[in-house]
Amino acid sequence: MSEQTVSTAAVQADPLKQTATGVRPISWKYPITYAVLAALAVLFVLTIPAGARTHFRLSSGGDFFEIPLVELPSRPAGWILAVILVALAGLAIWQASRRIRTRLWLPLLFGVLFVLAFLVWAGADRGAVIPLVTMLTGALALSVPLIFGAMCGLVGERSGVINIAIEAQLLAGAFLAAVAASVFTSAYMGLVFAPIAGALVGALLVFFSVKYQVNQIIVGVVLNVLIIGLTGYLFSTALTQNPELWNARQQLPRLPIPGLSQIPIIGPVLFNQTILVYLMYLIVGLLNIFLFRSRWGLRTRAVGEHPKAADTVGIKVNRMRVYNVILGGAIAGLGGAFFTIGQGLAFGKEMSAGAGFIALAAMILGRWHPIGALLAALLFGFSTSLGNTLATIGTPVPSEALLMLPYVITIFAVAGFVGRVRPPAANGTPYVK
Amino acid sequence: MSASGSQQGMTPAPKPEHQSPWAEAEGRLSRALRELGQTSWVVTVLAVVVALVVGAVLILAANRDVQASLSYFFAQPTAFLETAFQVLREAYSALFRGAVFDWQAPSAARSIRPLTETMVYSVPLILAGLGIAIGFRSGMLNIGGQGQIILGATSAGFLGYALSLPVGLHVLLALAGGILGGAIWGGIAGVLKARTGANEVIVTIMLNNIAIYLLAYLLQQQWYKQTGSNQPLSSSVDESAQLFSLLGSGFRLHAGFLIAILATLGVWWLLERSTLGFEFRAIGENPEAARTAGINVPKATALVLVIAGGLAGLGGAAHVLGTEYRLAGGVAGTLGFDAITVALLGRSKPLGTFLAGLLLGGLRAGGVLMQAQTGTPIDIVLVLQAVIVLMIAAPPLVRAIFFLPHADGRPRIRRRSARRKTEAAAGTSSSRQPELQTASTSGASSAEPPSAESSSSESPNSTTQEPGK
Amino acid sequence: MKLELRGVTKRFGSFTANDRISLTVAPGEIHALLGENGAGKSTLMNTIYGLYSPDEGEILLDDREVSFNGPGDAVAAGIGMVHQHFMLIPVFTVTESVALGYEPTRAAGIMDMAVARAKVLEISARFGFDVDPDARIEDLPVGAQQRVEIIKALSRDARVLILDEPTAVLTPQETDELITIMGQLRDSGTSIVFITHKLREVRAVADRITVIRRGAVVGETSPQSTETELAGLMVGREVNLTTAKEPADPGEVSFEVRGLTVLSSADKVVVDDVDLSMRRGEILVIAGVDGNGQSELAQTILGLRTPVAGSILLDDQDLAPLSVKQRLAAGLGFVPEDRSTDGVIGAFTITENYVLDMYDRPPYAGGPGNVALRLPVMREAAQTQAERFDVRMGTVDDPISTLSGGNQQKVVLAREMSRDLRLFVASQPTRGLDVGSIEFVHRTIIEERDKGTPCLIVSTELDEALNLADRIAVMYRGKVVGIVPASTSRDVLGLMMAGVPADEAQAQAATHHTVLAEADEQAEAEENQ
Repeated sequence: MSEQTVSTAAVQADPLKQTATGVRPISWKYPITYAVLAALAVLFVLTIPAGARTHFRLSSGGDFFEIPLVELPSRPAGWILAVILVALAGLAIWQASRRIRTRLWLPLLFGVLFVLAFLVWAGADRGAVIPLVTMLTGALALSVPLIFGAMCGLVGERSGVINIAIEAQLLAGAFLAAVAASVFTSAYMGLVFAPIAGALVGALLVFFSVKYQVNQIIVGVVLNVLIIGLTGYLFSTALTQNPELWNARQQLPRLPIPGLSQIPIIGPVLFNQTILVYLMYLIVGLLNIFLFRSRWGLRTRAVGEHPKAADTVGIKVNRMRVYNVILGGAIAGLGGAFFTIGQGLAFGKEMSAGAGFIALAAMILGRWHPIGALLAALLFGFSTSLGNTLATIGTPVPSEALLMLPYVITIFAVAGFVGRVRPPAANGTPYVK
Repeated sequence: MSASGSQQGMTPAPKPEHQSPWAEAEGRLSRALRELGQTSWVVTVLAVVVALVVGAVLILAANRDVQASLSYFFAQPTAFLETAFQVLREAYSALFRGAVFDWQAPSAARSIRPLTETMVYSVPLILAGLGIAIGFRSGMLNIGGQGQIILGATSAGFLGYALSLPVGLHVLLALAGGILGGAIWGGIAGVLKARTGANEVIVTIMLNNIAIYLLAYLLQQQWYKQTGSNQPLSSSVDESAQLFSLLGSGFRLHAGFLIAILATLGVWWLLERSTLGFEFRAIGENPEAARTAGINVPKATALVLVIAGGLAGLGGAAHVLGTEYRLAGGVAGTLGFDAITVALLGRSKPLGTFLAGLLLGGLRAGGVLMQAQTGTPIDIVLVLQAVIVLMIAAPPLVRAIFFLPHADGRPRIRRRSARRKTEAAAGTSSSRQPELQTASTSGASSAEPPSAESSSSESPNSTTQEPGK
Repeated sequence: MKLELRGVTKRFGSFTANDRISLTVAPGEIHALLGENGAGKSTLMNTIYGLYSPDEGEILLDDREVSFNGPGDAVAAGIGMVHQHFMLIPVFTVTESVALGYEPTRAAGIMDMAVARAKVLEISARFGFDVDPDARIEDLPVGAQQRVEIIKALSRDARVLILDEPTAVLTPQETDELITIMGQLRDSGTSIVFITHKLREVRAVADRITVIRRGAVVGETSPQSTETELAGLMVGREVNLTTAKEPADPGEVSFEVRGLTVLSSADKVVVDDVDLSMRRGEILVIAGVDGNGQSELAQTILGLRTPVAGSILLDDQDLAPLSVKQRLAAGLGFVPEDRSTDGVIGAFTITENYVLDMYDRPPYAGGPGNVALRLPVMREAAQTQAERFDVRMGTVDDPISTLSGGNQQKVVLAREMSRDLRLFVASQPTRGLDVGSIEFVHRTIIEERDKGTPCLIVSTELDEALNLADRIAVMYRGKVVGIVPASTSRDVLGLMMAGVPADEAQAQAATHHTVLAEADEQAEAEENQ
């Protein structure tokens, strides 16, 4: 009898978990968003003057194939894009009504086409050329520190330590990279020292938040102030007094990958980059594998979700957090290096300019997932690059609106519009036995 | 969440007459020392000392004379020490003369001017700091002081030069506009948190950046800035909208300081003596219990951030109407983040915040003179400020640095567990009142074992609870 | 494996949680550790498991002294523990949960999930568990989660298995299965330490019993001891296991719940078409295994949750449009389930907690629109009520977290019962309390009933239900399975708690006795002798 009941008991589903089919309302948020955007695309077309043309430049300076300017008749091109967008929106509505989960390609395709439609409209008859490749290169360049920063935040937060100090880590990385590169007159030495700077800030973060259990957000905020002050102070003293020694410009050389870098449009954007960018690809890829499939990843996630449970199986919770935050700091330090040696610039005061906060936003929008964070950071980088481009060609849309976009999107995200964002359960909670 | 093993409810009451064995073993002197380490103001003073030491190291490191004397340190160690002492004395005396009392000034009025400058700098810090402090007391980490100050300044400044009104009315209306601007900005975060549970830390950080771009946009619009030039700078606030000067010409001290005093008293009454403040403190300490007791938590949450934003907005307004008179992109400087420091330093108490605002204002005012006279960049003030807060947030570290015994003679790590249950709320949203007074607030429950008997006060299937519950 | 403790002492500050505890668990023995809430059982087990290090004394395994630097060492030495609050990570799969800390890996630290999965399947097969290795923990019922915990311990070759209050979350029938599993483990040579405060289980399962009280061992005894003897040892005085009460004298119907349906935040049905009707002056206990919608029902009555269907009527007034505050003002007294999260605010003073749901109305508030607090009035009222409810405290200005759980609960009761009540709702009012406090709470509730207030009590403890109730409603998966008189047998209630309708449960219970019910009958026979 007992065996029999064991099996019946196991069949029971948790009473709280039974799905009440038909009760759950259909989520109309996404379809409505698509519909609104598609309608906007139609509106774009309607406001394009007849016979207008839009010019795109698809090549950058050093291309293997010189692709001539692409000239599109604005209205027909706009109509084609708008019709596809309307069709996609219709598909999304149909899928929602049948409760079919939409796949990732839909928002991606929709986003790309919508941006194209926007550009066709924005560039119509302005006599300006839209430098597509330059814009994409700029987008990637703006994204690189964000991606490094988001990975840093992710590594820490997955183990339960909130990192508001990404900004400080980027700034410290930028600073030490510039100084080391300048002192050793080698950009690669900057690459060696940048992670150390980030890791040191990470070490301060865990020193106060893990050892002394000071509120992690507070420590993060204060570390930002500290590093801004410290780098600003050193910049105003040593770096300004003797820039040849301390703050001479050094740049990491571009290392085009043979073959891949020849691909039109994508090639020069993605594969004619410095080692720092390739490192970024590597880190995102490795994190994506290791976080979910390795011992380190399993333990990291355990410590971030339920530290006491991890402790009971012999995992040293606080040690794990210390390692992870310091590792994250090193990653962010590399990201900071991009500001200086990655772009061949000397260090400037507060040159990270809030990138750490956008990185934080990207991590949240990416739901603490490496790929999600990567996409979010790219989106943010792109919107900023688009803003810069529009500012130069002059469109009715103020560039500030696009610069604000990442922050606005993030607010929508945390307000639950982009689905439930669920942080690691023990995020921000100090662990004391 | 269930990670917090603290089950204080189940443990037998500690008997107060029992002294800890460690405490009994201590002599009278060490007990006196221990009590010293416990008083918060001592920690504050020591934290300032640590910060000044860190600052000293930075000043010395950047000073060329010191560097030069260091190069022949082994030949002439006294030369190095003398130079170092000289440099520090100059720097810190400039800091003091700039902040409190300038004995080198030509006239009596000039020599007390630094103190009034400190007050001027402290006005927005106190006002915004009070806003942040209310948030802390209500369990909300409002990082959005910056954005709220900007919005306050943006609206107050605009009303100040765009309208033409009689003297008293104009300034009142501009101030009200500032309060409203900040309140709206704080209210966005508050309403979102109340309605959707959106984490206020993230939302306020994002709103800070949005505010910066908003102001940048407005300063390019002619209807807004009303100058006729292309500079991203607004026209000046009308005299009728300026906060009147308290000490006449030669001094910048304005009526904003009186507003700061009134606001301090008002916030004290609100938090300690009003039913609304009772609600704020209740949701700050334990929102679940507050909800069960019938408190409308979403409404109170939204209201906290509206009031906090309003205070920060008032701070921004006072800054523009009393000191700056015109708007530029960087009008708020780092005031928003400094305000967080002020609230932390003041331990989220109104009077403490007021004094901390004066302290930070003093650092600012003194930093200006220090930069002018000794060439020490004012950025060092940021470092001092950060070090002070870090030290105050970790009293055991301060005690360790100064070899003071633990607050109660026990390993203090145990004492925190009693509070962890409530902190353990949810993920990022578990933003609780900042843990600054761990020694004093959890001291009462300190004798309890962290998990002497983990009986079933938690729901047994707590492993399946959603974060956020 | 043989486990021996010699003079183990553990202090937290001035409080001695374990005072020179010595005990020996023989190989292949089920050793029960009996003690009330707060006696120090879990502290002792956490010490054995390496979570705490003892201040004095030694732990011996097979006569060799060991010292653990953390749970990892204890596990390596062959000690496994199933915690009362499961140490499982909700978002992990069963395989990940079992592997955590002992992950089989391939190159570069990449996990070998196939090996981990095979291990889960192998152990499940050995003990006849039906556990899906790929299921997510948060999707599993509590009983299955417990089996995952046992698999976790066994996968590390535990030869001493500590079970901390393992039956708290189980129906009597599920408890039976657990007892079977424990028997299997014992027969395979595993020593089991079984921690509980339930006398009945101890007698049914244990080979030997050690009783601890206030952190010290007060006796070792055999399962042949009677319940009264065990209870006496455990509490240190003679205990009345049942609270004396007059038969109910129910008046007219005053509280009704009709067709109430409530969804969880994840849109799952947690209260499913519930009908209840209560008369003045009766106690209705909602029984059931934790997590079957009882808490949500209570919360909905208070107004913390909004039902999607149905109505709640108090003296023919629909409560639906009223806020929590208005319901409390309308004469609803509410004692929440989790005192420390919902009932009190630990950092607030006793006074502030006493007025927690009355602070904004006279006499505690004054001024225009009741904006200002009247501190002296609040303090005086708290003082008077605390004395009436015999709250042991320093002053009313102390933070309530300085009080013991029982005294905190007294403050909650004092607060709720200081108003004129038309309905009293209490969720798990005695959870985690010592016997003395339990008696006090029960007496207070019965007094309230005798004043004519309908009392709705949610309890997962069958003992409490049987002791307190005039009628018992059993909930399972959000539905009321049946409402039965308080004289119903444990077996029938147990089956109802697993979802079997009342009449069917009667029939089944007549043929299948659970081990616990048999022990119960035996106990009754002994008492009668």
